[in-house]
Amino acid sequence: MSKKYDTPLLDELEKGPWPSFVTEIKKAAKKSEMANDELGQVEKSYRTKRGYWKHGGIVGVLGYGGGVIGRYSSLPEEFPGVAHFHTVRINQPSGFYYSSKALREICDIWDKYGSGLTNVHGSTGDLVLLGTTTSALEPLFAEYSSRGWDLGGSGSAMRTPSCCLGQSRCEWANIDTMEICHQLTHKFQDEMHRPAYPYKFKIKVAGCAVDCVAAIARADCSIIGTWKGKIAVDQDAVKAYAKGGMNIQAEIVDMCPTRCMSYDGNALSVDDGECSRCMHCISKMTKALKPTGEKGVSILIGSKAPIVVGSLLSWVIVPFMKVEPPYDDLEGIIRKIIEWWDETAKPRERIGEVIEIKGMRGFLEAIGVPPVPQQIKEPRKDPFFFWKEEDLTK
Amino acid sequence: MAWLTDAEAKAIRKTDIGPPHFGQFLPPVLKKNYGKWKYHERIDGGTMVHVGESGDKVFTVRVASPRILSTETIREMLDIADKHCDGYIRFTTRNNVEFMTPDEKKVDGLKKDLKAKGFAIGGIGPGISNMVHTQGWIHCHSACTDASGMVKAIMDELFPYFDGSKTLPAKTRLAMACCVNMCGAVHCSDIAVVAVHRKVPEINHDLLKNMCEIPTTIASCPTRAISPDPAKKSVKINAEKCMYCGNCFTVCPPIDIHNPENDGVAIVVGGKIGSLRTGPKFSKLAIPFLYNETPRWPKVVDAIKNILDVYAKNARKHERLGEWIERVGWERFFSLTGIEFTHQHIDDFTFMRDTMRTSAAFKY
Repeated sequence: MSKKYDTPLLDELEKGPWPSFVTEIKKAAKKSEMANDELGQVEKSYRTKRGYWKHGGIVGVLGYGGGVIGRYSSLPEEFPGVAHFHTVRINQPSGFYYSSKALREICDIWDKYGSGLTNVHGSTGDLVLLGTTTSALEPLFAEYSSRGWDLGGSGSAMRTPSCCLGQSRCEWANIDTMEICHQLTHKFQDEMHRPAYPYKFKIKVAGCAVDCVAAIARADCSIIGTWKGKIAVDQDAVKAYAKGGMNIQAEIVDMCPTRCMSYDGNALSVDDGECSRCMHCISKMTKALKPTGEKGVSILIGSKAPIVVGSLLSWVIVPFMKVEPPYDDLEGIIRKIIEWWDETAKPRERIGEVIEIKGMRGFLEAIGVPPVPQQIKEPRKDPFFFWKEEDLTK
Repeated sequence: MAWLTDAEAKAIRKTDIGPPHFGQFLPPVLKKNYGKWKYHERIDGGTMVHVGESGDKVFTVRVASPRILSTETIREMLDIADKHCDGYIRFTTRNNVEFMTPDEKKVDGLKKDLKAKGFAIGGIGPGISNMVHTQGWIHCHSACTDASGMVKAIMDELFPYFDGSKTLPAKTRLAMACCVNMCGAVHCSDIAVVAVHRKVPEINHDLLKNMCEIPTTIASCPTRAISPDPAKKSVKINAEKCMYCGNCFTVCPPIDIHNPENDGVAIVVGGKIGSLRTGPKFSKLAIPFLYNETPRWPKVVDAIKNILDVYAKNARKHERLGEWIERVGWERFFSLTGIEFTHQHIDDFTFMRDTMRTSAAFKY
């Protein structure tokens, strides 16, 4: 396609060392009239300081209620190429790994049916294809699904689970995040593709408390790898860190939140019973320190962004649970969690909000988890607590 | 290439197959050492090596991505992956791209080809990796600023913290959300930009009565500012209660919250995700409002640069921005950065009782 619009404002965003999204849209515009009109509409937004997209309409593929987000320009006559500009979410493989053959195939199909613009990846984790028409959806889906790719979640449904790269390339991973994510995604296909929940439900799996996938802040169900044994110390490696210039007292011992470490200028020791497994020392001295013993997951519930009454971080519900492939154990507890939420929530209420409204006790009892001090930062401060009949007879 | 016909599509389509197993996309060295990695080391701002218990190594070179990628650019990346990385590639949770090879001798050639194609290498270690962000004017109905453009302007300025030529006391996570829905969940970042409205939405009553369900619209308001307006078969908004969240606009488009003259961005700081040292934290308000200055938001860029410079100069090694602020106190954060403290900084929505100072000890 030839150049269709002058874009003096966007051209300013092709300058400088950081890669430019404008250059990407222009590259796509050489082949796609849709991308060309996208460029024109965004330039107009830069001029008027407002967007020109309508609320998403309901579009999709046969038998699914999600995976495609309808998007229409509010200026279809001025920018006909983006009159329809729907988003398709392709469920990413765990860990965001691809062979060039597979990713090339994804690109080839997308060039045939869409704008040639993508997000690799979107916020939830899907490989996002930006900009296609309603009539392209069925053939596009047939091409992808016949080659082994399925759509991700959207709307009030199980959203595409996501994970860190875990044991594939990280010594800190206590659990096989990628396999857990893969298995859970396959167990919840119906719930992903046919929205039937009160609102969205997200699962993220992180291998340790460093949490590279932001599970604790971005998932209704945050699964985080942990351990119960000791931290093994390689004293030769400790000496090598000291020799390399690390101030072990200041950088490690003094920054330990539980002050469970000591260093005599030669050897580093850990009072393992007092370690809270925060990952600071391990992440800074990865050659010298290694978790050992039983490995498992912590399950935390409820995190979300601020809409509407404020953001939440996930709460510890199950401090430690051993999990085994094919992870029916995790599936079981997640299904109990969702069942309680599905029966209790009003439309557009996330599980964290519902627990706040209905109370933690009802939730814990429904999923069969006892109260333990690991769940809280501190006990309640007020004297207004509920008693049930069965509590009185104890 | 011709589109599939309806009949062809029906014949081959499959449903509920889920994503392909990642095993087929793992480079052989990762497959062989899966679950048996011993340690990793940062080599420079854009390169690291992971070493397995077997002694095997894998070298990773990371490059920046603007998140919006054309298929043409993806193919350029894949050509390099084919030449140097046995045809494998990976993306990070923060949208960067990783090229891996078990062969140390290939690293220089890989970097040379990446640079020749214009890819920016960096994002590893105590600096800035990439700025997680949302769709903005590129693709979202709810955006009250653009995301990609602001991120581009900010990262151009902070580029030395990406490529490793400058470092920070600890890794610093930046994020940008183009409205308070925060699709990028920017609420736990060291520094984040969130676009905000400042005016009560305007109602198109003629459209509303045909398009919106009135009880749902009323229920969408968290401050109960919306009530029925029976005469107009519409709703009215109590301006004193509205805090411009835009949730009503999401359920009822004729309640238009957009206001180009008055929309802009706030800057929040001090959040983190990891449990290292101190628990995960929400980001808190530093600057309540800056205007949308397209195309490069110079005041937003300057404000972030200032906060980063003050943090870099004053924090201790390994201390995240929020941990530094907790140590020195918010009053010190405002005095050192020179950021003006306003009524907007005091939480008068839901969390005042948790955020007011309840101690007689403080600094000047």
